[in-house]
Amino acid sequence: MTRLSGWGRTPVAECSVKTARSDRDVAEALSEGPMIARGNGRSYGDPALSRGLTLSMAGLDRMLSFDTETGTLVAEAGVLLADIIATFLPRGWFPAVTPGTKFVTLGGAIAADVHGKNHHLDGSFRTCVDWVEVMEDAGAPQRIDRHADPERFDTICGGMGLTGVIVRAAIRLRPVESGWIMQETVPAETIDAAVDIFEANLDAPYSVAWIDCIGHPPRLGRSIVMLGRHARAAELPPRRRRAPFDTPRRLPLRVPFDLPGFVLNAANLRLFNALYYEMGRRKAGVSLIDWDRYFYPLDSIADWNRIYGRAGFYQFQCALPLETARAALSQMLHDISGAGTGSFLSVLKRFGQGEGRYSFPFEGYTLALDFPAGDRSQALIERLDRITLDHGGRFYLAKDARLSAETFLAGDPRFAALRDLRRANGWADRFTSLQSERLGL
Amino acid sequence: MSKSVLILGATSGMARAIARSFAAEGRTLRLAARDVTRLEPDRDDLVTRFGITVTLHEFDALDLEGHEDFVKGLPELPDIAVCAVGAMGTQEENAASPTIGASVMRANFEGPASIFAHLANAMEARGSGTLVGISSVAGERGRASNYVYGAAKAGFTAFLSGLRNRLAKTGVHVVTVLPGFVATAMTEGLDLPERLTAQPEEVGAAVVKAVRQEKNVIYVRPIWRIVMAVIRAIPEPVFKKTSI
Repeated sequence: MTRLSGWGRTPVAECSVKTARSDRDVAEALSEGPMIARGNGRSYGDPALSRGLTLSMAGLDRMLSFDTETGTLVAEAGVLLADIIATFLPRGWFPAVTPGTKFVTLGGAIAADVHGKNHHLDGSFRTCVDWVEVMEDAGAPQRIDRHADPERFDTICGGMGLTGVIVRAAIRLRPVESGWIMQETVPAETIDAAVDIFEANLDAPYSVAWIDCIGHPPRLGRSIVMLGRHARAAELPPRRRRAPFDTPRRLPLRVPFDLPGFVLNAANLRLFNALYYEMGRRKAGVSLIDWDRYFYPLDSIADWNRIYGRAGFYQFQCALPLETARAALSQMLHDISGAGTGSFLSVLKRFGQGEGRYSFPFEGYTLALDFPAGDRSQALIERLDRITLDHGGRFYLAKDARLSAETFLAGDPRFAALRDLRRANGWADRFTSLQSERLGL
Repeated sequence: MSKSVLILGATSGMARAIARSFAAEGRTLRLAARDVTRLEPDRDDLVTRFGITVTLHEFDALDLEGHEDFVKGLPELPDIAVCAVGAMGTQEENAASPTIGASVMRANFEGPASIFAHLANAMEARGSGTLVGISSVAGERGRASNYVYGAAKAGFTAFLSGLRNRLAKTGVHVVTVLPGFVATAMTEGLDLPERLTAQPEEVGAAVVKAVRQEKNVIYVRPIWRIVMAVIRAIPEPVFKKTSI
């Protein structure tokens, strides 16, 4: 038995773990009883923990082919986006969609149907997936093509591994001319101003905002909006132009131990937020930034999840419809600043049209927050749940560790249909995670 | 053409990691194992990631008669040959059935020693080459928990040491690798102490470095040098009563 948790470090569970290194290993695991596949453990809560078997896909980490004409990569599910970037960025290709960490597996990215800073234009991860190969019993893997079998494809993308084990996939990468991002930093004094900036920049390939959650009115939700696009080789300074994919290698910092709880107290958070805003304000304008710092600022601090101490932390992420987003966001920020527990990292993002039957994003805004695990946060997060539901929003399974079945399904009744489908196809008996049990899926 | 590396027993987790580390240096790889079809995804991975040449070769360590032809059948005599062939079995089986025990000894000692003998002679004739033998700390002192495996590895370690001595003035170098615990399929389910357990990637990096620096005997995690020094130093009257 192994003690496992998600990235948020709560809950922790004793799991029976095996590593899959071949299809045969997956088939064997499937024949042994209920299980869930686990990628690199970067979902925050309990979707990759199981009372049955937790099957690590880390051993299925081979890249099988790459088509230099179309940019199509066929790879096993345990390959990390970090490896894909290391292999293909020097050849002029970058993931078409990437979440805020490069340490996710291909299978995990598909199962959670992750999104990136370009969702408003390019959609979620599923848009770059041509096909997946899935195992749902001890037989051979089935190839599910997005066009030939859209219904089954839909159950996989966003299905959280509850509809089959993804063993391989074909994804399309995007051609880029450099490893650099042309970033435009725009400070916003209030949350409303930040939303205005997003709406005025819907053609920016990438956009994301960091919000100061500590501020009080009239500065409620002052933000730094970061727009970006891949820089063309010709836009680089001459000394970089010769090797446009060479970007500075950052020394990985580490958090060597669990920080005691008082480090992230309200005063320190206020200070951090004020400093961050001030730095962003001074940086306002256009600058060249390397891909790693733009897309993955937190990856440079290994184990950053330890800053919340041993108790771990909760992530809260909701999607809000366009019409109600402004109202919901101000109410949420009002309650957060009133509660004084603060959020170290608060991220706002504009979503484009949603696709996929079980995918999280839909047109509007998404707000992601994190709070130290504990009673005080619990009460605040439950208020945020309420506000989300009152404004027609839904919740992100990849972040969730604590929603009740009732609250989750109230926001996302689509998953009642998935639950029925799971029962009808026998998947409910074969694929179970602590999350699927908690949410009654 | 880039220097070529032959990897024997290429289906193991350790061998895969070693292959990746050499591939990252742009080497041509010859992967050999009993079941070549199992190597196909690994070959595809190495070609896709590193754009190198990789060929697959059928090789049975226990088929001693076939070893000479195997070496002759390779596209060229490799610059570097790594032997990661091995089988642990369980000590209960090895102890209960002398036949099974004998096959473990053959897979870990006789087979690897035989193929290295052929390669060593050919490399000696050429006047260059590096042989890398993956042996084991289990060969440093026989313990109740795995002495059959350990005895075979002790034999292989002694063989490598003698080979290194013999070839020292011929331009052929021999590296002995004592990996310690490694998190692979072979050790899955065992409760291994984290500080003593290397990831396969560490073994890959350590092997490539040892070849480059012409090391003689390496432990992958340095702590093993201390651990084994202590285990070797325990007097036999005490040692025989321990269970480690």
